[in-house]
Amino acid sequence: MEMINIKINGADVQAPKGSTILEAARLANIDIPTLCFLKDINEIGACRICVVEVKGARSLVASCVYPIFEGMEVYTNTPKVINSRKKTLQLILSNHNRKCLSCVRSGNCELQKLCKDYKIDDDGLYDGSKTVEDNAELDCSAAHMIRDNSKCILCRRCAAICANVQGVGVIGANERGFNTVLTSAFDMGLGETSCVSCGQCIAVCPTGAIYEKDFTDDVIAALSDPEKYVVVQTAPAVRAALGEEFGLPIGTNVQGKMVTALKKIGFDKVFDTDFSADLTIMEEAHEFLDRVQNGGKLPLITSCSPGWIKFCEHYFPDMTENLSSCKSPQQMLGAVIKTYYAEKMGIDPKNIVSVSVMPCTAKKFEVGREDQSAAGVPDVDIALTTRELARLINRYGIEFNDLEDGEFDSPLGESTGAAVIFGATGGVMEAALRTAVETLTGEELASLDFTDVRGMQGIKEASYDVAGLNVKVAVASGLGNARELLNKVQSGEADYHFIEIMACPGGCINGGGQPQVPAKVRNFTDYREKRAKALYDQDAASVVRKSHENESIKKLYEEYFEKPGSEKAHHCLHTTYVKRTIN
Amino acid sequence: MSSTKCSVPFSGTPEQEAKLLEVINSLRDEQGCLMPILQKAQDIYGYLPIEVQTIISNELNIPLEKVYGVVTFYSQFSLNPKGKYNISVCLGTACYVKGSGDIFAKLQEILGIDNGGCTADGKFSLEACRCIGACGLAPVMTVNDEVYGRLTPDEISGILAKYE
Repeated sequence: MEMINIKINGADVQAPKGSTILEAARLANIDIPTLCFLKDINEIGACRICVVEVKGARSLVASCVYPIFEGMEVYTNTPKVINSRKKTLQLILSNHNRKCLSCVRSGNCELQKLCKDYKIDDDGLYDGSKTVEDNAELDCSAAHMIRDNSKCILCRRCAAICANVQGVGVIGANERGFNTVLTSAFDMGLGETSCVSCGQCIAVCPTGAIYEKDFTDDVIAALSDPEKYVVVQTAPAVRAALGEEFGLPIGTNVQGKMVTALKKIGFDKVFDTDFSADLTIMEEAHEFLDRVQNGGKLPLITSCSPGWIKFCEHYFPDMTENLSSCKSPQQMLGAVIKTYYAEKMGIDPKNIVSVSVMPCTAKKFEVGREDQSAAGVPDVDIALTTRELARLINRYGIEFNDLEDGEFDSPLGESTGAAVIFGATGGVMEAALRTAVETLTGEELASLDFTDVRGMQGIKEASYDVAGLNVKVAVASGLGNARELLNKVQSGEADYHFIEIMACPGGCINGGGQPQVPAKVRNFTDYREKRAKALYDQDAASVVRKSHENESIKKLYEEYFEKPGSEKAHHCLHTTYVKRTIN
Repeated sequence: MSSTKCSVPFSGTPEQEAKLLEVINSLRDEQGCLMPILQKAQDIYGYLPIEVQTIISNELNIPLEKVYGVVTFYSQFSLNPKGKYNISVCLGTACYVKGSGDIFAKLQEILGIDNGGCTADGKFSLEACRCIGACGLAPVMTVNDEVYGRLTPDEISGILAKYE
């Protein structure tokens, strides 16, 4: 790699050719603040927070997009630079709703941090006419989130990730100049558009302008009602990220502490969505083999990710028949709790409040879908995000980091290594392959690691010779990648038997409901790899690593569903899809 | 701020749509084709309502929001048709200091439309303009080709009544 020599603040720095000043400075452990910049996603040099002085340059330059050159001399902290950043912050604040005390992002707001670092105490300096007041109305039309444009700083990160990464593009900058506002076309509420509820916009928003609909109060109300039997389930990816909310390093697996916290909060039972991930594999592997052997619709595409499902319904309505009819693991466990478990325990399903903790915002949309009520009442009542769980833990005064490890409750808490990797892109495929291959060949696999489908690449392909059949599979995460893959399938350019698609880039570990990773970390670390590693490590350390060897799952079939794909299984564990339009 | 939703029912004809599709097909392979397509679409329809923007979005396979973002960014594009009587109020410096802001506000109030809007019956449209070279008569407005000068807000309803 060709290296370029520059000076930053008088010190020699070497950085690869093609680096920006921001990247080169980072190599020298100098953090230049940013607001609009998201590496590879939003490189527009618009916010002017990252300005630096370059010797010989006519004016201050935006370091996030300015490439380095041999002999360049950069100054990142001169009075001119500091004053410029201060003025930029003052101007942003002059049109910002400064109601920070109860703001959902207070404490991890990127704007708030900069204002603190730069001591912007005269925040009303440029107060005058404000568009914040025009923007006081919240957009609550979507099932999963709220947009509060009075907190928007027009960085356009949300629009960039929606259009450039997810290929959805339902939000963007409209009008111009002082009237610019981030909204949807023709003032449509987000709920009227073809927004897929992935929540990636929430994940990248630097302020409190976009946030999930918070249902923690509903959970507290249910917990205080003596009539209600309140059950909670936690998705695989939650344990790999929840610790970040309590200051633990990215990639810390906090499964044990999380279970203890949920018990302390007072849930009657703490179950694991990993159990129903195993159940999903049983049903989906059966469905896959059935489609292969009986000439069913192929490729079969996974249905675990509700953001992906909604995307498919809006943007690929002709392919909804390719979707597995399996409910997502969240909904499967909800259905099992209110049918099998309720019957076993003699509880009226109407008195059960089923809560889920998900890395996902689309799950809030999913709980309200049609055909998701196996017992005649919704399978899941309240879907919380990882962030909401952290808020709940804080509100209950639990010292999270000091907790002992707890165990999930039986029987819906037992799971295998195959289930926990559902949280990372390729995990569902790998888990399905472990079961499908052993079922087809009738022999035990020598190695359970299908490494071709692991990793953070957007699209992965592999093929396996199984019992005389060449099984071709593909994995996509991020909806832009999903679109690219499906376009190839539709044009006949590619042909697969089985496809896994996750709406969020990297899978659920990077879901829209996960702890927000500030841009200064996001732009320079692969936090997704770290979170995924926590799950793969847990899989590797598991004694049982194949879904079909989960003893509680076997018992569930013996006692209730008979066999995968049975009529009863279809009633409880499978669902239907609709065709939607693009708005 | 221009009004973002059109109050006048869409009455595009199949001929107009065929013409638009022809324009799109002739330009779709060119880089940056959205601007010329929008300009020609406005020539065809006179304005760019959601129905027209949706055709463009579907044909070019780009999000409607992206089309809308461009349309609302440039003042040359209009989301509303011109009314039978198009009212322009000068908000240039001379007129503005003589109170044309109040004239404009009065018109918004009486007609119930914002800048760039059109009344539901298609009769009046309202827009702000810059200097029309009649500063001596400030504040000035025009209704189609007729010029009204030295206006006060109280005169507005009387003037509009002439066009009822």
